[in-house]
Amino acid sequence: MTTPVLDVRDLQVTFSTREGLVTAVDGVSFRVDAGEVMGLVGESGSGKSVTGLAVLGLIDPPGRIAAGSIKVKATELVGQSEKALQKVRGKDVAMIFQDPMTTLNPVLRIDTQMIEAIRAHEQVSEKAARERARDALAKVGIPSPEERLNAYPNQFSGGMRQRVAIATALLNRPAVLVADEPTTALDVTIQAQILSEVQALCAETGTALVWITHDLSVIAGLADKVAVMYAGRVVEEGPVADVLERPIHPYTAGLIGSVPSRNKRGVPLAQIPGMTPQLSKLPPGCPFAPRCGYSTDPCRTIRPERTPYPGGRAARCHNPLDVPPNTPKADAARELTP
Amino acid sequence: MNATMNADATAPAVKPILSLEHVHKRFVKSLDAAERVANLFGAGLQDQVVRAVDDVTLDIAPGEVVGLVGESGCGKSTLGRIIAGILDPSDGLVRFEGADVAKMNGADRRKADLAVQMIFQDPAASLNPRMRVVEIIGEAPVVHGLIAAEEMDAYVCGLMEKVGLDPATRRRYPHQFSGGQRARINIARALAVQPRVLVCDESTAALDVSIQAQVLNLFLELRRELNLTYVFVSHDLGVIEHIADRVAVMYLGRIVELAKTDEIFEAPNHPYTQALLEEVPRLEAKKRAFTALKGEIPSPLRPPPGCHFHPRCPHVFARCSVDRPGLKPIAESRLSACHLNDETAARPGRTRSAETVSMEAAQG
Amino acid sequence: MTDLTPHAAARPVAGPAAGMPQSAGRPGEAAGASDKGVPPPAPDKGESLLRRHVSSFFESWSAIIGLVLLVASVAAALLAPWFAPQDPYDLANLSIMDNMLPPGEIFGMGQTAYLGTDDQGRDMLSAILYGLRVSLTVGASSVLIAAVIGASLGVLAAYAGGRVESFVMRVVDLQLSFPAILVALVLLAVFGRGVDKVVIALVVVQWAYYARTVRGSALVEKRREYIEAARCLALPRRRIVFRHLLPNCIPPLIVVATVQIANAIALESTLSFLGVGVPVTEPSLGMLIANGYGYLLSGNYWISTFPGVALVIVIVAINLVGDRLRDVLNPRLAK
Repeated sequence: MTTPVLDVRDLQVTFSTREGLVTAVDGVSFRVDAGEVMGLVGESGSGKSVTGLAVLGLIDPPGRIAAGSIKVKATELVGQSEKALQKVRGKDVAMIFQDPMTTLNPVLRIDTQMIEAIRAHEQVSEKAARERARDALAKVGIPSPEERLNAYPNQFSGGMRQRVAIATALLNRPAVLVADEPTTALDVTIQAQILSEVQALCAETGTALVWITHDLSVIAGLADKVAVMYAGRVVEEGPVADVLERPIHPYTAGLIGSVPSRNKRGVPLAQIPGMTPQLSKLPPGCPFAPRCGYSTDPCRTIRPERTPYPGGRAARCHNPLDVPPNTPKADAARELTP
Repeated sequence: MNATMNADATAPAVKPILSLEHVHKRFVKSLDAAERVANLFGAGLQDQVVRAVDDVTLDIAPGEVVGLVGESGCGKSTLGRIIAGILDPSDGLVRFEGADVAKMNGADRRKADLAVQMIFQDPAASLNPRMRVVEIIGEAPVVHGLIAAEEMDAYVCGLMEKVGLDPATRRRYPHQFSGGQRARINIARALAVQPRVLVCDESTAALDVSIQAQVLNLFLELRRELNLTYVFVSHDLGVIEHIADRVAVMYLGRIVELAKTDEIFEAPNHPYTQALLEEVPRLEAKKRAFTALKGEIPSPLRPPPGCHFHPRCPHVFARCSVDRPGLKPIAESRLSACHLNDETAARPGRTRSAETVSMEAAQG
Repeated sequence: MTDLTPHAAARPVAGPAAGMPQSAGRPGEAAGASDKGVPPPAPDKGESLLRRHVSSFFESWSAIIGLVLLVASVAAALLAPWFAPQDPYDLANLSIMDNMLPPGEIFGMGQTAYLGTDDQGRDMLSAILYGLRVSLTVGASSVLIAAVIGASLGVLAAYAGGRVESFVMRVVDLQLSFPAILVALVLLAVFGRGVDKVVIALVVVQWAYYARTVRGSALVEKRREYIEAARCLALPRRRIVFRHLLPNCIPPLIVVATVQIANAIALESTLSFLGVGVPVTEPSLGMLIANGYGYLLSGNYWISTFPGVALVIVIVAINLVGDRLRDVLNPRLAK
């Protein structure tokens, strides 16, 4: 077993708010190998974005990493000084956001920003850096990159801007790229273009990719493995095909059933009742219990621990939807509709 | 194009509840004073015109669900607003139950306006933050005399129950509700004026997946219960596929394909529809390579000549950049606007062959 | 409507009492945790945005100090006739024998002039309390009138658009291109002195600020979907403008109005100081400063200084409150 490029263990992130201390991420562990793509799926408030920010060391007060460890290429990031983190950020770990303008400065030309990003971590001539920036733009599919280098971010369309952000993030061939819903605001055809480019780039450079999204269907096409988050915890993890075909956790099954799809036209979707819980008012047992059709008494009192299952899978559930191992694979989503 | 009373050949053969005939909508940004002065000195500035909706003809039969799909800038939201009566068309007719809406007198027009209601995209922004839920839902029916002022409370309670809200929360303000609940308030407000058609403009796009499913189920339930007609505007093909009977695919202001949902999803005819369907991420699709349609959506300020899609189309040929393809029947109750349908040679299928790629290269 | 429950039949089922929504007709989302079991006819109270703003207003110490000072000034001004040592307007009370007494001396019927007396023998404390009345009245009433006029014109301009908007906004530009003090001076030179005339002059120089502020926020609000929704519901235009649009443009108006009260008071003081403001019979703070100005260098500092201090306190207090209001009401600064 090789050491993973990104190794997150028992990560806990808390925020102090008016309603008291809120644990946004609670005991999250995952590991991603070089060239591997992991999908981090959850709804709003599940803690998926906070997890991504924590990997970059970007948790600002009132939030803080309360416990756990984040190792990139076996180097511990938790507890490092801001100065040390800055050396790692952009070089070993990079991030792209839903809004590319989070990382692009609107008053600087693209070339200035990209060259700066290279020279912050490496001693290279300005000319060499510029050439590398140009190549990076070409790789993400920006036409006539030499001219586009002289443009300002607002001269690009939304999709192009996101490509520039991706090219900038990948300039220093980071070991880990965290992508927080970078295609959610884009049109389908543009999303497909960007997905294909990111997929190719990460395969080429061996970058480990953590793709954060609420959209299971994006993960289905892109990721190798997936972690499903609910109320700050990873409730289910495993290889993407297995999780989507035979979910163990009722929440995962509910999410899959909620995706509108051709099989069920006009028939009501298998919905999850209730709302996403407020993190400040989590029930004592399983946070999903109030919405779960399978909940039993222990669910309401005892917090379920992470239980490993064969095939590199795991889930936190007292009443797992265990499909017997030898029966043919059933479409768990369809099973939910009568 | 056809002799029956329906201008739109794909609509069910009943009297349509709503029909659009050659509807256009242009947004003009005229020159301001300074720019006009600049023109006196020969700057040659011109008004900027966006043809948000460009010659759309569509019939909507009572009880059906019509999906309007397309990417940003395709005019689907503008068309939805024209249908809902929020915007007036620059050209063309909107008929409600056969009568031209623009020529109606005040009372009839109001009746027609109320009969078509809209559910908006942003459940928070579409609720007045300074009004209580009971006022938000109850205001319009009282103003229009559908109910007396003292009946409002009971009326609102009934509506809230119908959409799955707790009537005890009716004196709260919108910010005290979750996203899904706000979507339900929106629906209750629209239902309060007893509409016959609901125009849903990306109404579930801002919601979490599990909440989206709840709201979509509510739409289906209300359709059955109240015999509602829906126009569903969405960029999410999954939602459209789930809920729509008939789909209109739009690209830069024009409908490029109009057909029954099954037919469009099983055998898309227009190259744009094909591309769009191919690129939708699907749960069923396991890890795969994303094959991308080339190029960006052109600016609606300067749409390409001829067929708007031709610069991105893998099957483009000479005629496409000159002639605008008309929306023509290609099968029974199926329309598509593509010159390939006129060619005698067999159409290329869904997958791009080597031939078409080289053809594309030849066309530049 | 289907949810996850159909499967539950094969498993231990959570009873409805446990809070698990089982029925198909009532999605669980409706039942907020706080209002479980409340019978439908009894509505729970909603927390309005106002109440939320009020509670966040009090999170700032400087705002609380400002508010306390402001409330104290207003109370002192309102209650002046009851506890001021003297009625400074009643000439029968004044004795020329008491003139220019330094602070702490005894005057009249054995009262102490804590802040001294002026050249007419008037008790300065009483004069300041009464002067505060005039200053605050002029400031508040001119702001109120100007705000109503300006806000109505601004919201109409924004909603109507086109020529109406162009016309109103060009007038606003014209108005704002002249210095306020100049316009006020000219108007008062024409009208003559008088509290009512000062108020009119202040309204004329101020309304444009409100028109511009309200139009700005109305243009933003007008594009919001709730206005489209109101139009879709075919509500009458007047109702949309005044019930939906205007109330949502009020927060920035309140901020501007608060700061403008301070400006109006300062402007009125300046005008009175220059001798074109309120009449001598109703001296405002500015007039008191002007009266004492001549004696400042001859050692009788108190006649000008104490009204000046009172003026500064009031203006600073209003600005502290205004600053906090801006923070609380500006959605971009919130969170």
